Amino acid sequence: MFPAAFDYRSPASLDEALAVLAERGDDAKVMAGGQSLIPLLKLRFAQPALVLDIGRLPNLNAVTRHDGNMIIGALVRHVDIERDRDLTRAVPLLAEAAHWIADPLVRNRGTVVGSVCHADPSGDWGSVMLALNAEVVARSKSGERKIPVAEFFQGPFTTALRSDEIATEIRIPIPTGAAGGAYNKLERKVGDFATVAVAVQVEMNGKKIARAGIGLTSVGATNIKAIEAEKALAEREPSDEVIRDAARLAADAAEPKDDIRGSAAYKKDVVRVFVQRGLHTALSRAQEARS
Amino acid sequence: MKASMRVNGVERSADVEPRVLLADFLRTNLALTGTHVGCDTTSCGACTVLLDGEPVKSCTLLAVQVSGRDITTVEGLAQGATLSPVQVGFHEEHGLQCGFCTPGMMLVGTALLERNPDPTEEQIRWAISGNICRCTGYMNIVKAIQHAAKAKQAAAKAPAPEAVAAGGGE
Repeated sequence: MFPAAFDYRSPASLDEALAVLAERGDDAKVMAGGQSLIPLLKLRFAQPALVLDIGRLPNLNAVTRHDGNMIIGALVRHVDIERDRDLTRAVPLLAEAAHWIADPLVRNRGTVVGSVCHADPSGDWGSVMLALNAEVVARSKSGERKIPVAEFFQGPFTTALRSDEIATEIRIPIPTGAAGGAYNKLERKVGDFATVAVAVQVEMNGKKIARAGIGLTSVGATNIKAIEAEKALAEREPSDEVIRDAARLAADAAEPKDDIRGSAAYKKDVVRVFVQRGLHTALSRAQEARS
Repeated sequence: MKASMRVNGVERSADVEPRVLLADFLRTNLALTGTHVGCDTTSCGACTVLLDGEPVKSCTLLAVQVSGRDITTVEGLAQGATLSPVQVGFHEEHGLQCGFCTPGMMLVGTALLERNPDPTEEQIRWAISGNICRCTGYMNIVKAIQHAAKAKQAAAKAPAPEAVAAGGGE
């Protein structure tokens, strides 16, 4: 299998890349690691006239901290997150999710930001970023804008990015208090899409949950932010009952379909169980973070 | 468009269309057919090569994308007639049946031992989790990589040849 013919550009500067997109963005696809795009090109689900490879752009391959944010550059790969010890300590949800992405070979090439921009409702990072209240930074020739991830996903494989924009980084607010997270994923085998996966993040204020974030994978047209469940946890002292209620609300937010991976009813129940399980893990990690 | 890269230590280049995949570039343009194409859908790992020492799927990379980088294929593992420790391990432990997945498995094993000279069985199984063996020979593949790990550790402990006192030869 090989893709339909396309023009290929791999600029050495962001300005050059943005200039190319300003002119040809309508018929171009931006490629970072290519682990989502190249399969689509080969199956000819995507046939852009131009592939703009941002793999050679400088300064986008680091995880940095700035202004209370953890900043993940557009060329940071899944494996970079998986191996980053500091990051594992600061935001355990990130490293835990990275470990579950595709398989080790794909993780050596694929990028976090690219995966979010691919906007596959079965993608893992989208849910993680929803749980963490992250923002996508989009650059174009006319400037920069920040898009909350909750507004970024507009449909399957469809985002709020304009055709002249490149997502240059994702910004994750670093929790100020004790915090913990967990990613639970059910997959039939390594490399398969999730049957269901759930990202959970809690940030504590004393004994109370200050803020909870819950993102759902593979149970709707996009990754879903379980807003009602998050609200049911905010400003509450966690108890089995509070956790059970939140898990039920998250299952209500899921809109799965019957397919070869399971029935809709089954998947909704997995969401409920994973939210419950994830909250218990996240809360105990937050406890450890405090002590 | 020109694709230029170092393959098994040798500078190679060819004029290719941007859509040419690295797996096809290696097999067709360079006649290095040790890189196998199995599923062609990023699922099986038969096309694994090392990109700057890290295993990746060459069916999911464009040749032009890796211009200027270092590629190792299975043909680059042996040094002349001397097999690499991982190749010896696959030979000794019967780490293959049909052999189709073997180049990928050996490259993944090689990269793993570079990063982690003493992996646990679980770490080995995790490392090869992106490579599928349809003969279901995983037991022996794991043993082959363990064999290589032990051989490399033994070699690292043995005194270097120049450190052996002269005069003791046969």
